[in-house]
Amino acid sequence: MENNSNFETRKPPVATTGILGWCRLHLFSNWVNSLITLLVIYFLYQLIPWFLDWSVFSADFWTNYKGELIVDRTFCSRVADPKGDHGACWAIIIVRFYQFMYGFYPSEQVWRVNLTYFLLVVALLPLLIEKIPGRKHLIKFTIAFPIVAFILLYGGFGFQVIPTNKWGGLLVTLVLGVFGIAIAFPLGILLALGRRSQLPVISMFCTLFIEFIRGVPLITLLFFGMVMLPLFLPEGLNLDGLVRVLVAVTLFQAAYMAEVIRGGLQAIPRGQYEAAQSVGLSYWQMNRKIILPQAIRISIPSIVNTSIGLFKDTTLVIIIGLLDLLGIGRGALADATWMGLSNEVYVFVALVFFIFTFSMSRYSLYLEKKLKTGINMGAD
Amino acid sequence: MQNNLFQDQKFRGILYQTLVVGFFALGLYFVINTTAYNLEKRNIATGFSFLNNPAGFDISFSPFLDFKSTDTHLKVYFVGVLNTLLVSFCGCIAATILGFIVGIIRLSSNWLLSRIAYIYVEFTRNTPLLLQIILWYAILIQLPRIKQAPQIWETFYISNRGLFGPKPIFLDGSNIVILSLVLGFIISFFIARWAKKRQDTTGQQFPTFTTNLSIIVFLPLVVFFIMGSPITLEYPVLKGFNFKGGAVIRPEFIAMFLALSIYTAAFISETVRSGILSVTKGQREASGALGLKKYWIMRLIIIPQALRVIVPPLTSQYLNLTKNSSLGIAVGYADLVHGFGGISLNQTGQAIECMAITMATYLLISLTISFFMNIYNRSIQFKEK
Repeated sequence: MENNSNFETRKPPVATTGILGWCRLHLFSNWVNSLITLLVIYFLYQLIPWFLDWSVFSADFWTNYKGELIVDRTFCSRVADPKGDHGACWAIIIVRFYQFMYGFYPSEQVWRVNLTYFLLVVALLPLLIEKIPGRKHLIKFTIAFPIVAFILLYGGFGFQVIPTNKWGGLLVTLVLGVFGIAIAFPLGILLALGRRSQLPVISMFCTLFIEFIRGVPLITLLFFGMVMLPLFLPEGLNLDGLVRVLVAVTLFQAAYMAEVIRGGLQAIPRGQYEAAQSVGLSYWQMNRKIILPQAIRISIPSIVNTSIGLFKDTTLVIIIGLLDLLGIGRGALADATWMGLSNEVYVFVALVFFIFTFSMSRYSLYLEKKLKTGINMGAD
Repeated sequence: MQNNLFQDQKFRGILYQTLVVGFFALGLYFVINTTAYNLEKRNIATGFSFLNNPAGFDISFSPFLDFKSTDTHLKVYFVGVLNTLLVSFCGCIAATILGFIVGIIRLSSNWLLSRIAYIYVEFTRNTPLLLQIILWYAILIQLPRIKQAPQIWETFYISNRGLFGPKPIFLDGSNIVILSLVLGFIISFFIARWAKKRQDTTGQQFPTFTTNLSIIVFLPLVVFFIMGSPITLEYPVLKGFNFKGGAVIRPEFIAMFLALSIYTAAFISETVRSGILSVTKGQREASGALGLKKYWIMRLIIIPQALRVIVPPLTSQYLNLTKNSSLGIAVGYADLVHGFGGISLNQTGQAIECMAITMATYLLISLTISFFMNIYNRSIQFKEK
């Protein structure tokens, strides 16, 4: 028809597939976006090479720029040759690596710590992988793990006793984190059940406890454990410093854990309770077999998240004088032979924490995805 | 049927609760007894009379109250509370602003920008806050010394002992200027209310923002010149090894402020992101179909609905930030825990009293924040008509 010639033919739509199309869509969709993209690229161009240069290419590892083995700060390239273009001096980490990992644990006994680290991985396996062969038996080991770990690390039963003031570094961080979470978990379940209890006195006690702990900072609880707990206990009962800190950390974590699990409990539909009661289950049977498995299942991501929080909060123990990973780092910096290398130490400590917490948060994301597709709560 | 008392649910309930109360009372009695014995044996005084004793130490950072070492422990407490509140308040505001910006950036269509926001969030969330505070402090004290301090217009000096800047000096008549500023705020509040009411009833719009801004800015300015400039600035001057005059923000405060706000902003950005994502796509499409521009879709449709989801977790972030400000002790920021719960406790030895007061204060602050945020939360919740 002749009318057609009056219409301009439209251009084909811009390609949105392929590398170019992707760039156009995600980086250069309009001029503001293009400008932002260019600015960000410029910023990254400044930052990334500088950081790589500082941390790897111009950095000292075992030897300095003259090829000498680094034994103290004066050998570090950036200290020995301040005018030159030198990067980080990682030798402080390498020289003190043992301390960062184990603290002042005697080196002839250190296999015990290594064995505990290995057993920790074994104990975690059945929790992380659902389809592992022999999961039932492994779970039994997981439950027994804290006791095994305690005997291995502390001693007794034929092992030489290593007092906790010799422990340090990653060891203390992991002990506080793992024991804190392991003890706080059952305690948190009890508190959550208590808070939702029909019995007014028990519910009130649990609520008061949870809200009190959640209302004060962890550091005050640590002070409580350090300066007040000894006053409350009868003479002669001197609790170990690490244990006192562990008590504070565990109570703190239990209160937060309780709230997370309470959230899970609230999500369980009434019908589940009624059904359990109508088959004649008692309160504990009902919770153990019907309610808690479902409630915990849906609150696992949040449980992992609070656990990440606790793991990071274990650094607070340096304020009351315990030497965890950060404490060992600070100790190294206070030492005149390694003074002034704070950037290296803090970056290293941050990296170690990041590896642990980031993998935990990835795991919780994975669980979240799996749970979303996996269950159908209160199906009708 | 044989009816055992123990099978009666009511009886069991009462029994359990009596047992709990009994054990609790017994435990409390035991703890109080041993504590009293321990205190007596260690010659530790009890009671709160130590609050009136002179502290005997100095506090480096006390912007509101003038503190001397002859002042009492009670004053140490007030300085501590004010410092805690100061850093928490500044931190909350900065964290909210930064968190909202980062949260929106993470949803940006620009892939590179959202990736950068993502990396920032993951790095700050996954490293301990204490480490970040210490790291910021370590960076700040690596700044140049006072003699070589870089300056901006000879007004601001950045050194390893803090940020030096001009200090306002209030002369006679400055009260009236401040009063006029307050008046400006009050007037603009009523104008905003009137304008909203008018728009609701008649649909007529009023340039509220520009009117109010000019009232708030020009009213005090005019009064200021009428009164003959009663507020002047005192500039810091380098004398010997230190600055004379002017105001200073200590590196401890800056480190705390930066670390707290950057750390908390990462968490806030996640709640903002999930809040915005929680608004269904249909809302966006419907408002687009009505012809609203992108900015107005965000402001009128998305944000108000997202806020309902954002505010409850935001409250707990504020609470966390306030509680985390207690970490100032690691860098020597004279907050409640460092000054009163730390130094005063060590000097007097009255651990129970000091810790009880410190904990009670944090509980009070937490409750107050929750109270106000709950009021705000109720005001923005969906009202079904």
